[in-house]
Amino acid sequence: MFSTLNSLFIAAVLAGTPLLLGALGEILTEKSGNLNLGVEGMMFMGAITGLAGSYYYEQAVIKAGGSVSGVLSALIALLCSFLAGSFGALIYSFLTITLRANQNVTGLTLTIFGTGFGNFFGEYIGQKAGGYVAVSDVTKAAFSKIQIPVLSDIPVLGKLLFQYNWLVYFAIILAIAMAWFFNRSRVGLNLRAVGESPATADAAGIDTTKYKYFATVIGGGICGIGGMYMSMVTTSGVWVHGCVSGYGWLAVALVIFATWSPLRGMLVALVFGGLTIMRMYVNIPGLPAQIYDMLPYVATILVLVITSMRESKEHAQPKSCGTNYFREER
Amino acid sequence: MSAEKGKGKEPLIRMAKRDTLSNQKAWCIRGVALLLSLITGGLVILALGHNPFSVYTSMVVGAWGSSTVIRETIKIAVPLLITAIGISFAFKMKFWNIGGEGQIIVGAVAAGYFGLFTAHILPKVPLVILMMLAGILAGGLYGLLPAVCKAKWGTNETLFTLMLNYIALAFVKYLMNGPWKAPGSSFPKIAMLAPGARLTKVLGVHWGWILALVIVVISSIYLSKTKQGYEIAVVGESNNTARYAGINVSKVFIRTMFISGALCGLVGMLQFAGADYTITEGIAGGVGFTAITVAWLAKMNPYGMLVVSVFIAMLERGANTIQTQFKIPASAADLLIGIILFFMLGCEFFISYRLILRGKEEEDV
Repeated sequence: MFSTLNSLFIAAVLAGTPLLLGALGEILTEKSGNLNLGVEGMMFMGAITGLAGSYYYEQAVIKAGGSVSGVLSALIALLCSFLAGSFGALIYSFLTITLRANQNVTGLTLTIFGTGFGNFFGEYIGQKAGGYVAVSDVTKAAFSKIQIPVLSDIPVLGKLLFQYNWLVYFAIILAIAMAWFFNRSRVGLNLRAVGESPATADAAGIDTTKYKYFATVIGGGICGIGGMYMSMVTTSGVWVHGCVSGYGWLAVALVIFATWSPLRGMLVALVFGGLTIMRMYVNIPGLPAQIYDMLPYVATILVLVITSMRESKEHAQPKSCGTNYFREER
Repeated sequence: MSAEKGKGKEPLIRMAKRDTLSNQKAWCIRGVALLLSLITGGLVILALGHNPFSVYTSMVVGAWGSSTVIRETIKIAVPLLITAIGISFAFKMKFWNIGGEGQIIVGAVAAGYFGLFTAHILPKVPLVILMMLAGILAGGLYGLLPAVCKAKWGTNETLFTLMLNYIALAFVKYLMNGPWKAPGSSFPKIAMLAPGARLTKVLGVHWGWILALVIVVISSIYLSKTKQGYEIAVVGESNNTARYAGINVSKVFIRTMFISGALCGLVGMLQFAGADYTITEGIAGGVGFTAITVAWLAKMNPYGMLVVSVFIAMLERGANTIQTQFKIPASAADLLIGIILFFMLGCEFFISYRLILRGKEEEDV
């Protein structure tokens, strides 16, 4: 019983991390008043570019006769996925902020585009590679669990807390940094002002356009890293057609459950990560596997309905979310 | 953006709202945007080492080159068109129904229940009518769920409808593996619909295409000529205005979402009884999402959707051809659709605003 709980917790952390990254990116985006529904698309873009970055780096090194460095390979994956996610978010920002297109539709289009982008290049690179894309064992090792001296060796606790892959710690540190940023830094407070009331922020001399662009593009990059987690950790460095499959949308939902707070985001990501993999650890007799698979989605709907029923003013979406701001049309 | 650069002096480019642009000019701008998007797609093709012209040509030939492929193209266009119309009902009142996928699936499952298990008792005509009603009802009810919650508590419908997609998908997988698994099959799949119960073909394609054309006409009249259609438009503009005008917003939400879901459910039935003859995880095959693009590109106009759905069907059908001919993955269609839509979304700005360069006096408007 105890060991099942332990392994459930570990699996939940592993499954929850891409959700957390996606949600963190979207929280940053929404704090600027942009509701970007393209998280799924940006995660797809990050997933394929991260994988492709590592893959081409390896190919180049092997061709040159050198040996692959796992750390470098991981950093390249991180950079590529961040850039790809930001690129998607940049298209979104240009269309919604500069060209004033509808945020909902632009976000949905980004999802269609990003999903096509990921699957297209995934298959294309696979074809070129002769079947499928897969990274070498060195890169795989760079994305598997790390060993921290002393800490990892603590019985039970070491396994529960100090033996994950580096992206897990990256996501946690990011969440904490973001919480500080929103509540304690001037730039973060300005950003929140932009999201709550762009007209007021504008009058106070804050460059709303710049804030919106930066928050959305960086947020998109973080979503891209979440996608990279899917292709490098979840599917262990092999491209699987449609690998993000709904995680991006769950991340959008998590933003609501986390009430736009990065720290609460960690908790809900853990819970929902747990729900997605619970079937493998907790057997409910008589419940077919496919019905069990509905769990995270049913839970999402239930929480959505419940949170909408008791609407609280304090933990709400930034007020201007979803509507574009035009200075001339105040 | 550029407006921020020259603080203090006049910005390099500023924008001013246009009064109204003549229809002709507006379509000109859209045409240019379409051309630019095709050029962008062409550049991607070029970067992959293919000749864009021959790839585009083979896409068009692959979709219209022979009567066989024309039928295939129409077969792709029919579900897209009906789903797009269904979704546009919801989108017109700014209700973001992205659950078309799930509504199609439940429609197919409901039709499948009668098609698979009562085909041996019922004659064809009542059976087909029964399947249609079942599909419509199931899709409508599935669409009703988020509408009721939205009307009552303001629940976020985007995520609600989306989550319903995944739930419907899991349900189909359950049916495939469990209760509806074809007897004697080692592979999880659902039995085929008896040939006698399949939809009759007219000119080589199941009669769904005629129904689709009828729906185009009816929905166009409904949206622009009836009181209910007008209510949808008012709710879409502003909930408060609608309330002030005495429109029961909740009622409009619920009624319209039932129609929206019902049309998607009908698509599920047509796909099951007219195209696939069985139910798989791919019964909706992304139609629910692509239809959003169709509806938006056509600016929610049913006749426009007819044109756009045929165009998108051509891209999808053509993508299959270029996959076999040039070994370019068929997902290229999604990529291209995304690019086209980005350009179309962007070009609307140039229809409602004009740019004025620094130094140029503002001309009389």
